[in-house]
Amino acid sequence: MNWRLLEEVVTGFKTLWMHRLRSLLTILGIVFGVGSVVAMLAIGEGASEQTLAQIKELGSTNIIVYSDDSSLSVSQGEGVARFPIYGISYLDAERLKASFEGIRNFVAIKILNKDARLGRNQMSLRMMGVSQGWFNVVSRELVAGRILNQEDHAEGRAVCVLTEFAARQLLAGTSGIGEKIYIGDRLFEVVGIIASGANSAGSSMKSLDQTNDAYVPLETARMVYGDIYFDRSSSNTDRSMIELHQVILQMSDPALVPSAAAVVRRTMEMEHPQQDYQISVPLELLKQAEQTKRTFNVVLGSIAGISLLVGGIGIMNIMLASVTERTREIGIRRAIGASRQVVIRQFLIEAIILTVTGGIIGIGFGIVVPLAVEVFAGMPTRVPLYSIVLSLGISVLIGVLFGLYPAWKASQLDPIRALRHE
Amino acid sequence: MSKIMVELQQVTKRYQIGANAVHALRGVSYSFKQGSFWAIMGQSGSGKSTLLNLLGCLDTPSSGHYLLNGQDVSGLDDGALSQIRLTHIGFIFQSFHLIPQLTVRQNIQLPLTYLGWDKVAADARADELAELVDLGGRLDHRPYELSGGQQQRVAIARSLANDPKLLLADEPTGNLDSATGQQVMRVLQDLNAQGKTILMVTHTPEIAKEAKSALHMLDGQIDRVEGEA
Repeated sequence: MNWRLLEEVVTGFKTLWMHRLRSLLTILGIVFGVGSVVAMLAIGEGASEQTLAQIKELGSTNIIVYSDDSSLSVSQGEGVARFPIYGISYLDAERLKASFEGIRNFVAIKILNKDARLGRNQMSLRMMGVSQGWFNVVSRELVAGRILNQEDHAEGRAVCVLTEFAARQLLAGTSGIGEKIYIGDRLFEVVGIIASGANSAGSSMKSLDQTNDAYVPLETARMVYGDIYFDRSSSNTDRSMIELHQVILQMSDPALVPSAAAVVRRTMEMEHPQQDYQISVPLELLKQAEQTKRTFNVVLGSIAGISLLVGGIGIMNIMLASVTERTREIGIRRAIGASRQVVIRQFLIEAIILTVTGGIIGIGFGIVVPLAVEVFAGMPTRVPLYSIVLSLGISVLIGVLFGLYPAWKASQLDPIRALRHE
Repeated sequence: MSKIMVELQQVTKRYQIGANAVHALRGVSYSFKQGSFWAIMGQSGSGKSTLLNLLGCLDTPSSGHYLLNGQDVSGLDDGALSQIRLTHIGFIFQSFHLIPQLTVRQNIQLPLTYLGWDKVAADARADELAELVDLGGRLDHRPYELSGGQQQRVAIARSLANDPKLLLADEPTGNLDSATGQQVMRVLQDLNAQGKTILMVTHTPEIAKEAKSALHMLDGQIDRVEGEA
């Protein structure tokens, strides 16, 4: 920076400092405008990042069908020993698998919550009876042993793959692979250990795998436990019959997902008019989330625009007052030899000092407020670098935009009259 | 025979005030030599202030020519006139006209920042000028911390910063008591002795006597001239 510009900036600061209360009040509009934009962007960015990560975890080429009993009227306490039969059937799975091209992996899943134990080690597991292909859809790092193979599935072997988390609890103090553990009242041989998935506890969206999973061949689960489930957690024993809890269709290309999702919906609608299922298409959710974010940004941008416009008008107002107040100073400078451009430059610099100072304070607020939100509300936030750069740029722009007219007015003053001005 | 610094040829100045045309200057022709020290006198309305504004390139004549150091400046535009003021002219005003938020040093350096001097040179120049007007210890003060006489000496230092050929003073002692006014006149006389051409508007005969020559204005014309150099 050359000396003259530095001198002009320092002088500008000094001049504004002489009226520091007024300057402060003037820049409040910019402070709040920039502050709210940076803060809301940070909160929005944090939230959408979390959502996007969760959706991506589900896989953007997947179509997931869940069995769901929430649409059924549960006939409890009617004296009749009836139990609901609902959800995806084996036939549905066969139909879906055969209904269109482009499926890379097809996984049918049966889920049973069971207690597992080995010696004195004990924990509750989510036993996942999975068909072949599960480990392609949810690929976690193999820690030890092997994953389920074709023979396991074909012969319905009593083997299981544990997550690292479950293995640490159950296999502590044992040799590990090859141990036989009880899941429910049946013995399963541990053939492999895979890395635990992300802990999605507490988030609104469930990931496909959990940290306390045990994977067994679907055929084994079906043979051993059948399709009728007892819920012993409540005082009265509820029973229900479900053939499959989940079906995952993994498409070979995201471009195939929308049409495939339509086919899946039609197929399921035809067979299940009672709506005892749900379909989740992560790609659609992803698009929705992105759309939501765009809408959010447009709304945010409008609010920011309005508050910055108001802030800018405040700057213009005070700069016009300043020009009037300092008419004599302008006359002196012109008499000494300052050209019109020099006068414009001086007042523009002052306007930019105001807006940039406001912008910097605003950015400070915009960083502190999300931190507080993160600490007190537990929401993840992230201040993107672009929002800071953008805010500074906009601050300069507002200074130029709203400072230009007052500066131009100052430059047009007649030096002789300006000198006589009291 | 010394060189002519300022030459006025049939200079007129008309203002339009509402429907009336006011003739502030009605054909002034005169040559001021280099190294002269003039008092320009006259009643208010005689045209002496208009004359000073024209001489200072703050205004342009309605007709006629103004040659400053041989250059015709009567037809120049605002930007060119600013440049002439910056490089050739030094102003001293009745009410000092220092900029309050700047220090004495910064006030003195103001023309130098516009001229684009670097900091080292500008600081050296400010030191030198402050010494010249006997304000060496006050460079970091603000104008309001100084007495009237001191402020006027800061203004003189500022007017000298660009080493102007022509010094214009508008009632330089008008806001000072007579003793302080005498000191300021002493400074101006010293500057004149060093070769500066000084044109000073005043209506005080005692002050006018301190100049070498006097030019009396009346109704927009030169009435009479005393003690021509």
